[in-house]
Amino acid sequence: MEPATLQRVIDRAGLDQLLAAIARRGFRLIGPAVRDGVIVYDDISSSADLPAGWTDEQDGGHYRLRRRDDDALFGYAVGPQSWKRYLFPPTSVVWRSARDKDAGQDPGGAADGDANGAPDGAAGAGAPMAFIGVRSCELRAIAIQDRVFLGGQHTDPVYAGRREGVFLVAVNCGQAAATCFCVSMDAGPKAESGFDLALTELLDGERHEFLVEIGTGRGADVMSEVAGRPAGRTETQAADRVTEQTAASMGRHLDTGGIKDLLYGNFENPRWDDVAGRCLTCGNCTMVCPTCFCFSITDVTDLAGTEAEQQRSWDSCFTMDHSYIHGGSVRASSRSRYRQWMTHKLATWIDQFGTSGCVGCGRCITWCPVGIDITEEAAAIRASDGATGEEGHGDA
Amino acid sequence: MTGPPRPTLAVWKFASCDGCQLTLLNCEDELADIAASVQVANFPEASREVIAGPYDLSLVEGSITTPADAERIRAVRDASRFLVTIGACASAGGIQALRNFREADEYLPVVYARPDYIDTLRTSTPIADHVGVDFELRGCPIDRHQLLDVISAFLHGRKPSVPGYSVCLECKRAGITCVMVAHGTPCLGPVTQAGCRALCPSCARGCYGCFGPMETPNTAALSARWRELGVSRPDVGRAFRTFNANSGPFREEAEANDAP
Repeated sequence: MEPATLQRVIDRAGLDQLLAAIARRGFRLIGPAVRDGVIVYDDISSSADLPAGWTDEQDGGHYRLRRRDDDALFGYAVGPQSWKRYLFPPTSVVWRSARDKDAGQDPGGAADGDANGAPDGAAGAGAPMAFIGVRSCELRAIAIQDRVFLGGQHTDPVYAGRREGVFLVAVNCGQAAATCFCVSMDAGPKAESGFDLALTELLDGERHEFLVEIGTGRGADVMSEVAGRPAGRTETQAADRVTEQTAASMGRHLDTGGIKDLLYGNFENPRWDDVAGRCLTCGNCTMVCPTCFCFSITDVTDLAGTEAEQQRSWDSCFTMDHSYIHGGSVRASSRSRYRQWMTHKLATWIDQFGTSGCVGCGRCITWCPVGIDITEEAAAIRASDGATGEEGHGDA
Repeated sequence: MTGPPRPTLAVWKFASCDGCQLTLLNCEDELADIAASVQVANFPEASREVIAGPYDLSLVEGSITTPADAERIRAVRDASRFLVTIGACASAGGIQALRNFREADEYLPVVYARPDYIDTLRTSTPIADHVGVDFELRGCPIDRHQLLDVISAFLHGRKPSVPGYSVCLECKRAGITCVMVAHGTPCLGPVTQAGCRALCPSCARGCYGCFGPMETPNTAALSARWRELGVSRPDVGRAFRTFNANSGPFREEAEANDAP
C-alpha cells in the first residue's frame, strides 16, 4: 500500500469522530483524564474529557500537574496508572461456590460459567475496551504481559477475557518526562507496531492536528468514518520530528549492555545494602509497574459458611507473604527484596520470558515515595561491578 | 435454634473508648448472620444477658492501665479458648500509652480533683504483654470488614486475611492518587499496615498510622523524606506518637526525632 492510504491527518473534530466511530462499534472508551491532581486512565466519551492543556512534571518521588501554554491533548508523559489496571484488574474473583443445601458441598468446579465457579473473565469484563492514548512503552508492556498471561502452556482466563479484542489507539509521545528512559529499553517513544491506530499530535501555532497511522484493518474501517486528508510529506516529517525530539530529551538513561550478566554477577554487591537503607518496602514500584504481574490468592468465606470464593489481588515481591514458605519468608531483608525485584525486572525476566521486564516508563522512579531510581541503582551496580560486602550475606 | 451448638462469643473492655467493640455493632447488614453463627454470650454493649463462660471466642478491647485490669485480663484469658485483641489500645497500648514516656504521677493532680482516688499503673500496655493472644487485629478503630473476616476465619478454621504490608498497596489497588508524590502531603502510609482501605488518602489526606507499623517499616527513610517535604523534627516525632505510640518501630522513630 502507498503510505498515503496508511497515514491521514485529522483535526480535533476528526478526533471526536474517531472516538465516536470506535464507540459505535460497541467499545468502552478508556483514556487519560485529570483526577485528584494526576492523569489517570478512566472512562471517557469525547476529546473534551482528555487533559487539554495539561502537562506533568516528574522526578524521583515527585509528580505535579502543570498548565501548558497550548491546548495539547496528549502533552504529558505516563501517569501512575497503566493499562494493566484494565487487563489485569487489581482484584478479581478466581472462583466462587455456594454450599448445596442437600449435598452439603457444591460439586460445581471453577470456570464452568454457571452461578458456581464463574470467574471474572470475558463475562465479568463487560463491553470490549478501547484504550485511547496508549504510549509506545505501554504497548510494549502489554506485549510483555501478553507473554506472561497468554503465552506458554496455560493461559489466564481473566486476562484473556479482557484482552480479547481490545482496540488500541496509540499516541506517539510529544515529550519525555524527566523519569522517562524508553529509548534505553528500545520501547519508544514511537509506537512501531501492535496498535490499531497511532496518533501523533501536531501543534504548530494555530494548527492543532493529528497524524493518524493505520495499523490494522479495523483501524482503517474506523478511519473510513472520520473526516481528514491523506498525510503529505510535510505532516509525516513534522510527526517524525515530534518523536525524534522526544527521543532526544529522555530524562533518564539505563545502560542495558550485558545487564543480565552484570546483575547475575553482583548478588553480593554492597549497593544492595545502600538501597535497602532507603527502600520503604512499601511496594509502590511494583504496583505502578506496567509489567509486574504478581498476585496473591485469598480465601473469602461468609459467616454462615454457605458461600466461599477465592480472590486474587495484585501482590508485590516487597511483601513478606510473597516469599513465605513453611517456616518463614525466604526474602526477609529489604536488601534481598529490592535485589529480587530489580534483578527479575532487568535480568531473570530475559531468561524467563525472552525480553526485559522493563519498558523504561519511569513510573517506579516517580511513584517511589522516596524517589529510588532503578537507572541510578543499575548504574551504581555497574560502577562497582564485582564488589562484595565486607562480610557475606545469607539469602535473606 | 436447631443444628449444632454455636460457638460462644464474649467481648471485653479494658482502657479504651469503645469504638472497636461498637464496630461489631455497626456491622448492621451482617448482625443477623453473626447472631446465627455465634452465640453472643457476654457483650454488655449489646445485651445485659450474660451467659457464664468459658467462651469459645473472646474479643478484647483496650489496654492494661490499672492493677485491677492486669488481674482481670488473666481471668479473661482463662475463660477464653481463642482470644483476639481488637484495636490499637489492645494491640499496642493505644493513645493512652503516651503516659509511658512521662511520669504519670505528674499528671494526676492536673487532671483529677482527687488524685488519691486514682489507682493506676505507670504504663499503658497491650494485652499481649500480659497474657497469650491468639490474634491481634489492628486499627484505631478496627475495620469492620477485617473484623468480620477474623470471625469468619475463626468459624471456618482458616487463616484470617489480614496482611501485614503497607497502606500503599491498598491505595494503588484502589487507584487512589499518592498524596505524598502528587501533592507533597506527608503520609505515614508506606510504614503503616494496611487494613483501613486507605481511608485518609482516599480523602486526599496523609495516613495517620492508625493501624500501626507495617511488617518491615523503614521509618527512618520515611522520616528523612518528610523532612525534605518541610516537616520539622518535632512534628515528625509527633506523627509517630499517636494511637500506636508504644509500637516498637513508631516509638523508636519518635524518640529518634526527639534528639536535639
